[in-house]
Amino acid sequence: MTAILYLASAVAFIVGLKRLGSPSTARSGNRIAAIGMLAAVVITLVTEDIVNWWTILAGLAVGAIVGVWAAVRVQMTAMPQMVAAFNGLGGIASALVAATEVVEVDLTALSVDTVVSILLSILIGAITFTGSFIAFGKLQGILPGRPLLFPGQQVLNVLVVLGILGVGVWAGVSGEPTGYWVVGGLSLLLGVLAVVPIGGADMPVVISLLNSFSGLAAAAAGFVIESNPLIIGGALVGAAGLILTFQMTEAMNRSLANVLFAGFGTEGGDGTGEGIADRPVKRATAEDAAISLGYADSVMIVPGYGLAVAQAQHAVRKLADALEGRGAKVHYAIHPVAGRMPGHMNVLLAEADVPYEQLLDLEQADPQFPQTDVVLILGANDVVNPSARDDPSSQIYGMPILNVDRAGTVIVVKRSLSPGFAGIDNPLFYDEKTLMFFADAKEALETTVAALKDL
Amino acid sequence: MSTALVIGITVFVLAAFVGFEVISKVPPTLHTPLMSGANAISGITIIGAVTAAGLGSTPLAQILGLLAVATATVNVVGGFLVTDRMLEMFRSRADRRRDGQ
Repeated sequence: MTAILYLASAVAFIVGLKRLGSPSTARSGNRIAAIGMLAAVVITLVTEDIVNWWTILAGLAVGAIVGVWAAVRVQMTAMPQMVAAFNGLGGIASALVAATEVVEVDLTALSVDTVVSILLSILIGAITFTGSFIAFGKLQGILPGRPLLFPGQQVLNVLVVLGILGVGVWAGVSGEPTGYWVVGGLSLLLGVLAVVPIGGADMPVVISLLNSFSGLAAAAAGFVIESNPLIIGGALVGAAGLILTFQMTEAMNRSLANVLFAGFGTEGGDGTGEGIADRPVKRATAEDAAISLGYADSVMIVPGYGLAVAQAQHAVRKLADALEGRGAKVHYAIHPVAGRMPGHMNVLLAEADVPYEQLLDLEQADPQFPQTDVVLILGANDVVNPSARDDPSSQIYGMPILNVDRAGTVIVVKRSLSPGFAGIDNPLFYDEKTLMFFADAKEALETTVAALKDL
Repeated sequence: MSTALVIGITVFVLAAFVGFEVISKVPPTLHTPLMSGANAISGITIIGAVTAAGLGSTPLAQILGLLAVATATVNVVGGFLVTDRMLEMFRSRADRRRDGQ
């Protein structure tokens, strides 16, 4: 009977995920999944012979308070790091479930199946935990966003992996709890080592993959305690994260291995860039931008991470409204890897109430550029870099880009000429149809709106 | 291989296929809420945590169980709530469009 009740929870997850796939049903889908989760917890509390009620209540209370506090307070621009943090906590929870098993049961009496499941939960859960918090640190700006590389890094990684395998086998054979703790410690270290060399621009891939891992950790914990809802829920999330991971690598035209291991964007990526004096660019003021935009019939806005950093989502909406008031058609071109997680830009623009019909994805937007008068680029860089199309020696050659240089005029809003996170110079900035507007995105938009009024 | 393991693997593989089928058609606009919603679902490990904390017989097991319940609860409560917050913004727009027609 209990198994049937749990099945109802699992069905709620599947229906919920299905409904999350369409804008009109998404909110109810999320609620259905949440109700399934609540039901699963209630079923567990009722059917298990719980003795330590206070322990459970304390954990639930603390977790709920922290969870509500974080969810209510977080800014939409900070959603990638929020999701990273939640991923990490889910991962460590699964590892801790397995760790409790290590403490409670007679390890020498376990079957091989259970030993492997316990080790896998600890391994995946611990990697998810530290990996996610390194990603969190990079996204929050606590850690440098550029890849951190050091000599012997690959060798160290291989040694850690071998250590996990060796100690894992020893732990299983000997039944020594110490072996399990060492595997846990090495896995925590591996999570750090795996994410540290990955640059900020590759975070959409990393977050998606860690999302998948948090599911796999839950599924592994499900094997440990022989619980179908954990296996089903974990497998669903594992699959969801993996799909997004591959959609992101496809959008960059790179393999997952390249994203994870190549230390991408370390050449010249020290943030100082070429220096403005080295090559001539056309500088623009708010007045110049207002004149270009104010007399355009069609405007395409290309948002990037800079929009999120500057919290400029409402300011861009105001500019778009002003331009539409002057009779221009305004659209937004959203590259799949713009921002720091899949769909990051869409959430920001949704917050500013930008109408759906104005949001174009890569395939929809790209053919429009030749007929577009002005393209306004807000803190995007690599996704509009023509080197990806023209220069076979470029690191990003072959990545599908928004071909903004086919439009009439391009206005690039950027704080400085420094290359983006990938550290790759962008010939677009030196193109003669490009105006460089050096400013924070929000400030640039607000001054341009003001200048438009004076036209 | 034990029967339990075989059943577990069967359930896992079938659920993964269901996941691939259900999620592969989600439009990019919904990728972020999809991910945070899926993330909240991975918090299902909370029922393992509740069991571990509730049945733990040693202080160490109870401490580990307590930590597991707390972290899983942050994941579940925070995850569903923040997803709802995001989707509220998407919804308000759909509603307004309907009103406009």
